[in-house]
Formats: sequence, structure tokens, C-alpha cells
Amino acid sequence: MDTLRQSPSPCSSRPSSPRTPPCETPAPVGIEAVLDQLKIKAMKTGFEFNIMVVGQSGLGKSTMVNTLFKSKVWKSTLPAPGVPTPQTLQLHSVTHVIEEKGLKLKLTVTDTPGFGDQINNSNCWEPILGYINEQYEQYLQEEILITRQRHIPDTRVHCCVYFVPPTGHCLRPLDIEFLQRLCRTVNVVPVIARADSLTIEEREAFRSRIQKDLKSHCIDVYPQKHFDEDVNDRILNSKIRERIPFAVVGADQEHLVNGRCVLGRKTNWGVIEVENMEHCEFPLLRDLLIRSHLQDLKDITHNIHYENYRVVRLKESHQLPRGPGWVNLSPVNLAPTSAGQPTTPRPSKARKRAQEEPKYEF
Amino acid sequence: MASKIASMDSQVSSSEQRKRETIRSLTMCGHVGFESLPDQLVSRSIQQGFCFNILCVGETGIGKSTLINTLFNTNFEEHECSHFCPDVKLKAQTYELQESNVRLKLTIVNTVGFGDQINKEESYQPIVDYINAQFEAYLQEELKIKRSLFNYHDSRIHVCLYFITPTGHSLKTLDLLTMKNLDSKVNIIPVIAKADTISKTELQKFKVKLMSELISNGVQIYQFPTDDETIAKISAAMNEHLPFAVVGSMDEVKVGNKMVKARQYPWGIVQVENENHCDFVKLREMLICMNMEDLREQTHTRHYELYRRCKLEEMGFTDVGPENKPISLQETYEAKRHEFHGERQRKEEEMKQMFVQRVKEKEAILKEAERELQAKFEHLKRVHQEERIKLEEKRRVLEEEIIAFSKKKAASEILQNQSFLASGIGMKKDKDRKNSNFM
Repeated sequence: MDTLRQSPSPCSSRPSSPRTPPCETPAPVGIEAVLDQLKIKAMKTGFEFNIMVVGQSGLGKSTMVNTLFKSKVWKSTLPAPGVPTPQTLQLHSVTHVIEEKGLKLKLTVTDTPGFGDQINNSNCWEPILGYINEQYEQYLQEEILITRQRHIPDTRVHCCVYFVPPTGHCLRPLDIEFLQRLCRTVNVVPVIARADSLTIEEREAFRSRIQKDLKSHCIDVYPQKHFDEDVNDRILNSKIRERIPFAVVGADQEHLVNGRCVLGRKTNWGVIEVENMEHCEFPLLRDLLIRSHLQDLKDITHNIHYENYRVVRLKESHQLPRGPGWVNLSPVNLAPTSAGQPTTPRPSKARKRAQEEPKYEF
Repeated sequence: MASKIASMDSQVSSSEQRKRETIRSLTMCGHVGFESLPDQLVSRSIQQGFCFNILCVGETGIGKSTLINTLFNTNFEEHECSHFCPDVKLKAQTYELQESNVRLKLTIVNTVGFGDQINKEESYQPIVDYINAQFEAYLQEELKIKRSLFNYHDSRIHVCLYFITPTGHSLKTLDLLTMKNLDSKVNIIPVIAKADTISKTELQKFKVKLMSELISNGVQIYQFPTDDETIAKISAAMNEHLPFAVVGSMDEVKVGNKMVKARQYPWGIVQVENENHCDFVKLREMLICMNMEDLREQTHTRHYELYRRCKLEEMGFTDVGPENKPISLQETYEAKRHEFHGERQRKEEEMKQMFVQRVKEKEAILKEAERELQAKFEHLKRVHQEERIKLEEKRRVLEEEIIAFSKKKAASEILQNQSFLASGIGMKKDKDRKNSNFM
């Protein structure tokens, strides 16, 4: 954004076509104050964030969530002794309001106990996809009402953290299937769970193999390459993309190390500090999810994934050629097919692979 | 790193969420770091840029363009408008302003010819139509299947600055009528223009009169929001000063040892940014510095939603059916579409029938014409034949006559020669007699 002139007197006229580069107003008018207005408004309404964690049991999902938000999101991470392991995949959501420095965040965490735990895991992603689509559907229904609410409650999943077990080899068929199906509907961030069982070299090798696998199967994880808006974004996101998947360790207990109190896992051979970049990459994950890309995650969910869902949903209800812009929805039977065709607003590599989803019955 | 315990407990409707616990607040044991969220929001907004649309309604020459120039401290190119426009027209121009890192796409819509006509009954209609057209464009975009709302250039009017002539008495009828028609569609901020023509005492009385007239006529002007404690006091104070009496000027005059924007008169200098002289600073403060975002939000959540609701209801969509059972948009539309479809088919059939009918008629006519032509041809041929026969006949007769005549001629010549030989003299006498007979 270059300024046209810096002349002290504002009396010379300026061409008024919108194609001229923006002009700098010499004396402050106060347009900048709109940023503060935005901030005040945002602080008043508060923020919402919905995150979903997917992975086999025992990979440390609940611990990770507790570590991320530094609180006991889940009351207990271990299943009670008498409770049998779930036979089918269930989805378990918890909503909390956390507040920091006057800012309220309504956090919803959805857990998926039973994922990948059965002997036959075919179609274990269906309940998850169904849940995600159900949230989209709710939002869509709210949006097309005549008398809408002032602020539609946003329950759509903004981010799905997928825990890859630290085998050290490569992605398993279950992982690949799941990632393929989900990365088109929601932002997926894969992480290597329990990374303290791998040495640094093993980690790097594992990571590069996973990256290769992701590329060869055309799995587009967050941050997606073709949503980068400008050069700065691209540089920032490339750095992140190099390190995906992050190798993380979760811990919610504090230990004393060198006089400092740190979160970590204590073992006989040392203490693995969660927030130490040399030990694991948890800080990167936390920064990505919370400190730098939270708004971006929400934006991409709203502008792209939700829009894709909406397009598919509205198109499938049309039998005749469309009229002048009015919508027609077929009756909802709570089992909508998920969006299969990502239509990006900045098309560079729009993939048009149509996908038929098996219907999910409640 | 202080973590606060907020006691918030809300019930969640069980029909929507399966297995959701009641929302409870959480205490955190450490610093998570999401206080950067507003900054993330702000940086995204900076990237996208802001959009603000102002509509200026007021009579020609009342100082609309000057005020806008002064507000934004730039000279937007504007020509002086003539007073002889037959209709009220709206002229919109978009400018891009930038201040530090905030990009603002400002659209100024001016009414041209407002209050100039002799019959002003329909003056407000073009304005209302324009505002509705912008809402309609947004609605159409929102209802598209493949839409891109986040890079849609929002052209809905966010605020309407209504310029009141400083008569000192009361609102004009035209003003009242226009404002009544606009107040449900746009945020109105009335301003008293050319405030340097009224004295302070008159101004106070004028303001009171204006406000009471507006209230008694039920005109809803924009109230500065008082729900947030930080700005409630200021907003309430500003609400007391409505309508703002403003003076606009881009000319600079030396006052003291500074150059300020002012209007210079022989009897003194009216400084634009002096709060004792006029309310310009208050207007700028409230319009731009404090409430730009609120104006946009009000436009979107109140005025636009109202328009959308009315429009959809007009088209026959409802949320709730005749027996108070909720109908979705779909059922109503389905019914309408069948109706429309049936109607269209019927029309198609009709048109087809008509077309076939016309073709038949045309064919019949053409056949008729052909037959006539044929008959005529036959008739002419016959006539022609008859003529020919007659002519042949005549020719034959003529030829016979010619032959007869030539025979006679030959015969008479022989006779002549004979008689000439027989009596040479007698022939002469005969000849003379003949000649004299001839003469």
C-alpha cells in the first residue's frame, strides 16, 4: 500500500476513481479507531472455538486437551475400572467457558472414544463425519430462517486434531482413509502422539515419511496451501507445513526441574518437559491452534468448508434448473451427504473429486 | 496471568446436542495465551479492509460535499450541482482512504436535486429505492448457491446524514416526510447544516424544537449505543447534543499562530474544530472514531434483517404454518414452484396451440391465393387463345383480299395496255377526261 502524496495542505484535488492507490489522509481523521471498536465489540461478544480430537484410545488425547488449555477439561482421563470399553464409536462433547484477561472463550471439545479400537474398523469415520455435517446442517437451518437470531450459535467443528500413533514407520491404512475423508470437510491437524517414545532422529524420519504419505494420497491438512492469501501468509505457513505433523507430548502434572516448576512427564531417566522445544513440539501446536491461527481456522471453516457443504446441500435439492436465486431444500433426514467438491474462492487447485458418502443412520 | 473464575452456568437445549454437559467455567492453572484473539481478528480485518457507505440527504447547496470533505480531510472531487434537475437522483462515488494500516473503502452517495422540484411529493422515493436496491443486491448474493460473501463489496448504506436547513424555526414538511420514510431502513443522523448562520441561543431553541418534533412524529433516529459501560457516558452526553450543528470548510485561516480550518467573515472567524463554535468535532468523533463499527452492525442486524424478513414474507415464505407448525422454507417454495411450473406448462401449451393455429391459417390463405392465381392464369390463357384465333382469321381474310386485289390490279393493267394500243388518241382523251375527273 503506497501513499500517493504526502503534501501538507489537503487542498489539491485527487482523482476519485477507485482504481487509484489509496491516499493517505494527512491529518488524523480517526479511521484507525475502528480497530479499537472492533476489539471492544469482540471482547463483549466473546469468542467460540470448537475442537475435536480423534485417535485411538491411550494415545493421550484427553491429556493433550488438558495441557492445551491448562485445566481439567475432562474430569478423568482414565476410564473407570468397571466400565467396559465402548463397543461402537461415540462422540462426547464438553463445553466450557474460559476467561483470560477479560476475554471470554467458549470452548467445546469433542472426544471420540472408541475410534479405531474395534477389530473391524471399517466405516469408523462415519459417526464423526455425521457429527460434523450435523453441525453444518444446524447452522444452515438457522441461517435460512426468515426471522434469524442476531448471533447464530456456532457449533461447527473448527479444527480436528488427529493423533497418529508413534509406530515410527508410516501412516497406517486407517489413518490414510480417515484423513482422506476428513480433510475435505474440516481442518485437520495431524500430530504424532506420545512422541516421547521416539528419538529425535526417528521422529524426523517418521515425519518425513508421513509428509510423503500425505502428499502421495493428496491429503491436504491445515494450513492448506491454496488458501494462503499473500506472501507473508505463505512464508509463515510454509514454515508450519515443514513441521507438520508436530511431535507432541501431553502432561498435566508439574514437576520441579532446576528449580523451575514445569509441566512434564517424569520417568526414571529424566523429565520430559512439555513446553521445551528441544523435547517436543507442543509449543508449536499450541501456538498454531490458539495464539496465531485460531481466527484463521474459524474463517476457513466458515468461508470454505461450510460454504462447500451448503453448495452441495442446496444443489442436491434442486430438480429443475434453478430459478432466480431462491433456495429449495429437500427434507432433512439427519443424514446429509458430506461435501465432496471443494470450491475454493481463490481457485488454484480445486479438486473436483465427487464423493458419495454412505448415509449415517442414527 | 490472572485467571478469573466466572460464574456462568447456562442450560443447553437437549434436543440439539447429544451428550453435552452443562457449560461450566473452568479455572486455568497457567497462561494459555488466547488473549491475542482480538488481535488475530483485527489483523484479518485489516487484511480485508473496511467498507463504509454514507448517504447524504439534503437540499442542493446546503454544504453536503463540503462537510464530507472536512470530515475526511480530503478533497473529493465534486462538481457543483445544478438546481434544475427534474428528478431527485442519487450519485454514488467510491474512494479508497488509508490511515496508517487501515484501508477504508468509502462510498459517498449524494442526492442531486433534492428539494429543488416544484412538486416534492415523490422526492423521497428515489432514495428509498436506492437503499432497497442495495439490500436487494446483498440478499441476492446471500441466497446464491455459490456465493462469496467475504469478498463481496458491501454497498448497503450504513448511515444517512440528514442535512436540516438552519431556518431556526422547525423542520420542514419535506424533511419530516423523508425522515419518516427512511428511519426504518437506515441509521439517520440529523445535522443542522451551515450552523454559522444561527446564533447560540437560537440554536439551542432550534435543537429542542427539532428533537421534540422528531419524537412527536415517531421518527427513529440513530441513538449512540449506551450499553457498553466504557462509552455509555460519552454516548449519553452526545445524545443530548443531537442534532449536531456543523460547519464545513476546507479553507485554512491563520488564527493565533496556527493554521486552522475556518470560514472567514468580516465580523469574525468561525473555526470548524472549535467546540464552542460548532459541533463538528463531536460529529467526527461519534461518526468515525467511536461508532463506525456499530453503525455497520446495526445496518446488518437490524435494517437488513428487517428488509430480508419483509421481502421473504412478501414472497410467501413463512417460518410457521397455518396450524402453528413450523414449515421450512422448502415446503412453501415447493408449493410455489409447482404452481409456477404448472402455470408455465399451461402457458407453453397455449402458445403452442396458438402457433399451430396461426400456421394453419396462413397455409389456408396461401392456398387460396395460389388457386386464384391459377384460375386467373387459365382465364388469361383462354382469352389469349381466342384472340389469336381471331387474329389468324383476320389475317387470312386480309391475305385473300390482297391476293384478290393484286389479281384485279394485274387484270386492269393488261386491260389498260390493250385499250391504249387500240386507240392511242382516244386514250389521250380518256386520260384527259380521267385526269380532269380526278382533279
